[in-house]
Amino acid sequence: MKKLINAPDAVLQDALRGVEAAHGDRVRVSYDPAFIVRLDAPVQGKVGIISGGGSGHEPMHGGYVGPGMLDAACPGEVFTSPTPDQMTEATKAVDGGAGVVHIVKNYTGDVMNFDMAAELGRSEDIEVETVLTNDDVAVEDSLYTAGRRGVGVTVLVEKICGGAAEDHKSLKEVADLGRRVNSAGRSMGMALTPCITPGSGNPSFELGDDEVEIGIGIHGEPGRFREKVGPASQIAERLMTPILEDLPFSEGDRVLAFVNGMGGTPLIELYLMYGEVAKIAGEHGLSIERNLIGNFITSLEMQGCSITLLKLDDEMLRYWDAPVNTPALRWGA
Amino acid sequence: MPVTRDATLDWMKRFAGEMAEHRAELVALDTAIGDGDHGTNMNRGMTKALEKLDGAEQADPGAVLKTVAMALVSSVGGAAGPLYGTLFLQMGGALAGETEVDLPRYAAAWRKGLEGVQARGKAQPGDKTMVDAMTPAVEALEGASDLDSGLQAAVQAAEEGMKATTPLIARKGRASYLGERSKDHQDPGATSTYYLFKTAAEALAG
Repeated sequence: MKKLINAPDAVLQDALRGVEAAHGDRVRVSYDPAFIVRLDAPVQGKVGIISGGGSGHEPMHGGYVGPGMLDAACPGEVFTSPTPDQMTEATKAVDGGAGVVHIVKNYTGDVMNFDMAAELGRSEDIEVETVLTNDDVAVEDSLYTAGRRGVGVTVLVEKICGGAAEDHKSLKEVADLGRRVNSAGRSMGMALTPCITPGSGNPSFELGDDEVEIGIGIHGEPGRFREKVGPASQIAERLMTPILEDLPFSEGDRVLAFVNGMGGTPLIELYLMYGEVAKIAGEHGLSIERNLIGNFITSLEMQGCSITLLKLDDEMLRYWDAPVNTPALRWGA
Repeated sequence: MPVTRDATLDWMKRFAGEMAEHRAELVALDTAIGDGDHGTNMNRGMTKALEKLDGAEQADPGAVLKTVAMALVSSVGGAAGPLYGTLFLQMGGALAGETEVDLPRYAAAWRKGLEGVQARGKAQPGDKTMVDAMTPAVEALEGASDLDSGLQAAVQAAEEGMKATTPLIARKGRASYLGERSKDHQDPGATSTYYLFKTAAEALAG
């Protein structure tokens, strides 16, 4: 394993020190328990928004802390959900009297730790609403699985809820909007290579030089199936077809198209993929109103991409366009 | 011989030792069907638990287990933190104030712990989780006539339960995303649970 680290056990702490050094003018970093919080938190009268999850998906979530998006982010160890004390302390730090929204990706560990944070009852009379994201069509949603994973749509939920909170919407309005975004979004990902967690030092799965893995998650989990690598147009079709059929998206829908890199894929390939996605969307009569292309929810150094389509309404569009000023997402500010 | 505070401390030290020794094994099992962090997480959590146990005096077995629970909840994350945290929290609560725990009360504490784990993780036997090792082991304790033979029977039952997870299709946790591809792999959570019973027998049997 070759990585830019000092020691496998110190990756999170050392990375947080870098975040503090880079962005200490706008965020405060707490080390124990670990969370990143807006320097001006709590913003009085505004709904607070926090999210959290395992590290290794940067810039999610810490890169999205700032005006117009998250008030705080709780990073766990690499690919491991954060612990309840992190969420409890972050919730207290961002509560401006209007309540706090927890944005939680649907993974067994994340859900249990956020649940325990609520149960341990240390949130001291702060009203909390949870928005669960579960947009990954690669996973069958049934009683016999842990349910669909939260992936790309999480970034969109965080941005749109952040815009609504900044506009002084109520706790319930912000949470309901977040749930609506989740319900209207679908994603699917693929990998050209696995990734290596610092803790294990080994690839998360084996993949031949000429193979791709379709339907991967963001923690190095293998996917639905693997096949010989084909042209990008074929890979785009493999991802777009289940997404389009699942919602389903139909002719005339206004959408946000999000092509996300898994961490190790260059932008030229992501733009090439976006071209394929736009072509397929056009063939289905979708109108792409907004797009997002780049590395926003990653899986360490994995090569590959995910595609997210969100069916937009006017309110989502308004808060997507609203100003945002975070280390990783910035416009209108 | 009843379960005492010192024996419980010894149990937790041995369990921490097994988690350190088998870290790579648990990581390999978890890499096959999960996200590869189970060994790392359990080792980090039990190391933290030993620090906490060293840092303060616990009055009885229940207090020892509660200290371990809080250390795991605040340091492990993932699914293992809340699940093992809940297990030890429930067991500790069931034994509150008892200095010498006999077999019926020890088995009853395990039953409370198992119920807590199932309530937290919503897993049933056969879902390919730690519940598959824990359920038969707790039943073995409940059916035993004395602590020593009960612990031996529990280890054997946990080992069989652990091995029986290999052909199963996972229905909970990240392994469930794999569907059929989760077959032919032993569940990492059932494996760490087996080590918990193994060390219980080593530390608590007279």
